[in-house]
Amino acid sequence: MESVLREIGGVNWEYFTQQLINGVTLGSIYGLIAIGYTMVYGIIGMINFAHGDIFMIGAFIALITIIALGLTASAGLPVLLLALLLVLAIAMIITSVYNWTVERVAYRPLRGSFRLAPLISAIGMSIVLQEFVRINQGARPKPMPPLIVGNFQLMERSAEQGGFVVSLSYIQIMIIVTTVLLMAVFSVIIARTSLGRAQRACEQDRRMASLLGVDVDRTISITFIMGAALAAVAGLMFQLYYGVIDFYIGFLAGVKAFTAAVLGGIGSLPGAMLGGLIIGLIETLWGAYFPIEYKDVAAFAMLALVLIFLPHGLLGKPEVEKV
Amino acid sequence: MAETNGARKSLGAILVDCAIAALITFVIAAPIMGLRTVNSPGGMTLQQHWGKVLTAVAVVFFGRLVLQLFVWNRSAESRGLGQLVLRLAVAALIGFAVGTAVCFLTLGADNMSLAAAMENALLAMPWNVATLLFALAVFSLSYGFFPRNAAAAREGADAANMLEPLGDLFKLALLVVALALPFLPWSDRYILDLAILILTYIMLGWGLNVVVGLAGLLDLGYVAFYAVGAYSYALLATIYFPLWFPDWLMPYAFWIALPLAGLLAALWGIMLGFPVLRLRGDYLAIVTLAFGEIIRVVLTNWADFTGGPNGISGIPRPTFFGIPLDSSDEGLAARIGIPFASIQRIIFLYYIILGLALITNMVTIRLRSLPIGRAWEALREDEIACRSLGINTTNTKLTAFAIGAMFGGFAGSFFATRQGFISPESFVFMESALILAIVVLGGLGSQIGVVISAIVMIGGFEAFRNLDFLRAVFGNEFDPAQYRMIVFGLAMVSIMIWRPRGLVTRREPSIYLKERKAVSGELVAEGRG
Repeated sequence: MESVLREIGGVNWEYFTQQLINGVTLGSIYGLIAIGYTMVYGIIGMINFAHGDIFMIGAFIALITIIALGLTASAGLPVLLLALLLVLAIAMIITSVYNWTVERVAYRPLRGSFRLAPLISAIGMSIVLQEFVRINQGARPKPMPPLIVGNFQLMERSAEQGGFVVSLSYIQIMIIVTTVLLMAVFSVIIARTSLGRAQRACEQDRRMASLLGVDVDRTISITFIMGAALAAVAGLMFQLYYGVIDFYIGFLAGVKAFTAAVLGGIGSLPGAMLGGLIIGLIETLWGAYFPIEYKDVAAFAMLALVLIFLPHGLLGKPEVEKV
Repeated sequence: MAETNGARKSLGAILVDCAIAALITFVIAAPIMGLRTVNSPGGMTLQQHWGKVLTAVAVVFFGRLVLQLFVWNRSAESRGLGQLVLRLAVAALIGFAVGTAVCFLTLGADNMSLAAAMENALLAMPWNVATLLFALAVFSLSYGFFPRNAAAAREGADAANMLEPLGDLFKLALLVVALALPFLPWSDRYILDLAILILTYIMLGWGLNVVVGLAGLLDLGYVAFYAVGAYSYALLATIYFPLWFPDWLMPYAFWIALPLAGLLAALWGIMLGFPVLRLRGDYLAIVTLAFGEIIRVVLTNWADFTGGPNGISGIPRPTFFGIPLDSSDEGLAARIGIPFASIQRIIFLYYIILGLALITNMVTIRLRSLPIGRAWEALREDEIACRSLGINTTNTKLTAFAIGAMFGGFAGSFFATRQGFISPESFVFMESALILAIVVLGGLGSQIGVVISAIVMIGGFEAFRNLDFLRAVFGNEFDPAQYRMIVFGLAMVSIMIWRPRGLVTRREPSIYLKERKAVSGELVAEGRG
């Protein structure tokens, strides 16, 4: 149908704008997850394969809290926003406890072990988290009617040109604003606070940092907690935006977010966000103009291309090979 | 994992530690375990399962208490009578907890409020007495069993390698058992099917071992080559061979297609590998993962060519040099004058995969002592040194990738001919993870390690189907197969923590001066990328 619309009256900029909005929204969610990957990779050099499932846990805890609080769309926007803040806080705290525990149980004993051991442990943990949710919550998807309804109409294409309304929904605004806010907060934490300094120090040289009095274990734990908190935000947003979740959403979202982190240059916070946006946009635009089944292929092919020509990602620092 | 080597903790500190662990468990378990979301007509509702949460909390609290008292926090001097009595008293408490746990599961803790769950705990007294006795026995026995701390345990485990005293004899015995398996008295169709499955994974493990164990390239998308092999054979045998070849050649389809499938998979390995092998370590891992997903998505969506999600069915069975294994007059059974039985076909398939796996093993072992194999291992240990010594690293990596892919392709076409039906469902990321887990858990670079871990993993997986007696304990709604994957995941994590270098930590050097000495896995840099 879209292709028919495009044929009437030249380029359909309205349709394109709508896709851009959708892409940025999706990209924000990927970016929030990607930050967890990039921070953990930066500090201990491992792919936390279970991070996608931490995102899924966040989405489930958000859903459960929403049902437990009895929130419905009829409560009115101001009340809902306040209640959602509470939901967000609960989801962030509990999801953080999850990630902290995962690090403590499955990764910390393997620190200093050879490289593949933590990766295998992480894949194992990813299976455990997925199955834990599947066994306890059931395998069926969990649909929820939309909580936040309503939108702004930005542009309109006249009826003779095919008619199309570009809308920016409240939930999209919420997602983008939250993401920008969190990005700002985290950048300040990393750049200004003593915690951020400790993190950057551990990233450069863990041993030296510990000699200088940085509690490395604690810093790593906090990194995992921060990553999980952001994943929980992404989980709630995903739940609100798509309205349906299941125990398996973590895998694909995790792979895409990791792709985003690599694309942006792993270890770089703005890179993760940028990578997330690019992956989100590619996926959405591909889905809008080309066969939608292949949107994942497009995202992954983009990753391969970037890595081949820019092996350190868009914003990553080139690694110096040491003999 | 508190590895307390220092001063012993007081009982108070231990209790606080356990209480914190229990609190964390409560936070983790409360939402996901305690509140089940249910799709009901009026929208989503929550079902309460506090019994399960309490069980989890009790298990963690008392489990940690046991570990603190008996394993982590022990010193040789503290074996006085008073200490023993104290510890036994704690063990009694643990028995109570286990009893309570069992009670929750048996009495059906579904949809129960917190107060009702507590009440039920009191009803479980008879269970508690039984489990208490059991716990007392187990923990008194274990008192002398565990080494004093985890570090000592690890050293001990590495020093006394599991297979050291058996060595070659063990491998020979394994081979003899494998060759004789179909004729052993207790072998039935079920055992043979399982053995075929295990051998398929052993072969895949050996193929991946070339890439990850020898060349040190982390490949998370190995299943892509398995899929290429399977689809190559399926498409060639069902669509293209009937067009290309005369009818009399058709019985040989499997034997013609097998090398072709391997070559095609190797070709794909080169095509995918060429652009990405310059990448290091984890980048390579994620790109191979992406390729695995791309191939699966294409297989699912390119319906005209691959049959899409419906897959391809009616894939021909292999023949014994052109003679089919069926009940017809031309069948093998009729020709050699024995009555036909469907198990003959299974036995035949078993020997095909056994042969394929052994070829994989032999080729790998021979390759290791050729210059190319040495280059792989050198590359794994130090890429920069290799480059300085004039080894073409790209070509070396590419050969490893292609040979690994070829074995994956062989295994894939065997899979297709055995199943008679393939669909993209069989080639998901989980398969890649499973194969990689088999290789890593067995001990990267160790051929016998792959065998052991494939038997343990796939056999253990299968064992879950036979745990129906657990229903007697946990009630009829308890389905052990539900817990298969979670136990598998937990096993992956715990084996890694217990033995990060895999089950077999001994490595055979491929070149040596005068005398062959085994080295510890700790000394080689596998999968560094």
